[in-house]
Amino acid sequence: MSSAITSVKTSVKTLAATVPAARWRWLAVAALLAAACYAPFQLAPFHVFQLTMVLVYAVALLGLDLLVGHAGQISLGHGAFFAVGAYATAIMLDRLALPYPLTLPLAAGTAFVLGLAFGVPAVRLRGLYLALVTLAVAIFLGPLLKRFEAVTGGSMGLTLAKPQPPAWSGLAEDQWLYLLTLVVAVAAFLVAGSLLRSRAGRALHAVRDDEVAAEVMGVRLSSYKTLAFAWSAMFAGVAGCLYTWVIGFVSPDSFTVNLSITLLAGLVVGGLGSMSGPVLGALFVMFVPGIAQDINDAAPGVIFGLLIIAVMYVAPTGLAGLAGRLVKKVPRKE
Amino acid sequence: MAGFLQQVVVGLGAGAIYASLALALVLIYQFTGIVNFAQGELAMFSTYIAWQCVAAGLPFWLALVITLVVSFAGGMLIERVIIRPVEGAPELTLVIVTVGLFVFVNAAAGWIWTFLIKDFPNPFPDGALSAAGVSVSFSTLGVLAVVALVMGLLYVLFQYTRIGLGMRAVASNPESARLVGIRVGRTLALGWGLAATVGAVSGVLVAPLLFLEPNMMGGVLIYAFAAATLGGFDSPLGAVVGGLIVGVAETLAGAYVDVIGSDLKVGVPLAIILGVLLFRPQGLFGRAVVERS
Repeated sequence: MSSAITSVKTSVKTLAATVPAARWRWLAVAALLAAACYAPFQLAPFHVFQLTMVLVYAVALLGLDLLVGHAGQISLGHGAFFAVGAYATAIMLDRLALPYPLTLPLAAGTAFVLGLAFGVPAVRLRGLYLALVTLAVAIFLGPLLKRFEAVTGGSMGLTLAKPQPPAWSGLAEDQWLYLLTLVVAVAAFLVAGSLLRSRAGRALHAVRDDEVAAEVMGVRLSSYKTLAFAWSAMFAGVAGCLYTWVIGFVSPDSFTVNLSITLLAGLVVGGLGSMSGPVLGALFVMFVPGIAQDINDAAPGVIFGLLIIAVMYVAPTGLAGLAGRLVKKVPRKE
Repeated sequence: MAGFLQQVVVGLGAGAIYASLALALVLIYQFTGIVNFAQGELAMFSTYIAWQCVAAGLPFWLALVITLVVSFAGGMLIERVIIRPVEGAPELTLVIVTVGLFVFVNAAAGWIWTFLIKDFPNPFPDGALSAAGVSVSFSTLGVLAVVALVMGLLYVLFQYTRIGLGMRAVASNPESARLVGIRVGRTLALGWGLAATVGAVSGVLVAPLLFLEPNMMGGVLIYAFAAATLGGFDSPLGAVVGGLIVGVAETLAGAYVDVIGSDLKVGVPLAIILGVLLFRPQGLFGRAVVERS
């Protein structure tokens, strides 16, 4: 028994030694992607729906992470941009009868422009004040949506038909929605990844780590902070668009302040400033409340609250950071 | 004209409540530089304690005293246990921790007392004073009186007591305060305890007007933020004046501006926060902070 373990250990070690770390990461991502493509054909429709929502949240968290984790700005109102994307899509489908594929770039564009408009005054606000203003925006959005009933459907919301799979594909509705969402989510992660590796991404990190030093090195603070807001809003808008596709219904009560706070909680627990953080956070946001709700209606809140505080104390990089540390520790111990 | 004055009176009554919560926010900000997003939830939790005491058959005023004492102790405990480890951390961390506290306290209250709404006794008698066509209910007068009393007590505490002097010293310069022998850590905890107590007062004042439920303070908090921003986050007097202004502005806007009406009133604090931060970030009574980078 023990000799078997040792042999496995040595083989893992030799494998680890021959394959460089970067390639391991690609292998892991590829395996994950393969599993993600395979999953909808094996799972019950409800679980496929749950996985679809995980992808939707992951895109939203990716956007929030650009702002919070990478640019170091606070937003307690990201649910508002999510709602803007969702409502923009719903209105385009319902009132303008646009085809589905068109709504995605338009919703993303709408959220981008709004994020840009919001980023201009936000640049002058720092830390606490930014948190205050974004929170106020999130609170204000609900009444605003209810007021413009003619466009938004008021508190009744808008009900829409979901995108139907093309006949040649032979897919069920839930599978088609899942695959659509998967494609968009993968594209979003690729875009965000290349954005962060570019000059702009380095500038954002510089702003986050030390504003003065960044400015001295020629990073224009105001334009990068505004851009961070706009990009971040754009991803949230894309997530909102996917949400409308998948759920087929929007109402002001789906986008309360709680959504914004849940998003932030998920991101913090998943891990700030990493690519896997949003995915882990999305899994957390999707599944933990459901499991906890069996104990008590209030249990998800208690768990969220405690975990947010605990993560900030012991593991500021969240689950992603913990996983990273474990992976690093294994070869070092040998 | 009487109608207008009536609206102003209603606004002042609402404003007094915003002022009391804003006062709690400002107390904590002064000492620790933290904007406590959980302040409203702490106040809500305190109100539940008062409700529990009243439900157990205690007279209201005794229940209030117990609540204030428990809140004071609870505030100090939170500072010691939750805030102390992240003292001096970046603002992002502080905001996230207080948001975590917000979520936790809200859910904890829901767990203990369920999310069903509860009736909270009104300590003030029914009825109203009327003069020149304007009627002021005893409840509004009572709220204004309580807030004035709290403000007065804080003033006396800060200006005329040794503890208050120590607290002011810590607020203005913690390091020098420590050098002259003030127990800074203890003073910070005291500040949180004090804030929790003031918050408890505002919760008890709000509960009879709204209904007691775990999300009761969510709506009040944003007004309190607007009040504190308007008055200046480092000025207790500013918080009170700001609260009254916000209350009156919100009521008048709701009554006389058709576009806003009663359903978009919550846009008023947003507009005030944005306006103040863009044009006078230190608020009406705050000190402008000069930063050297």
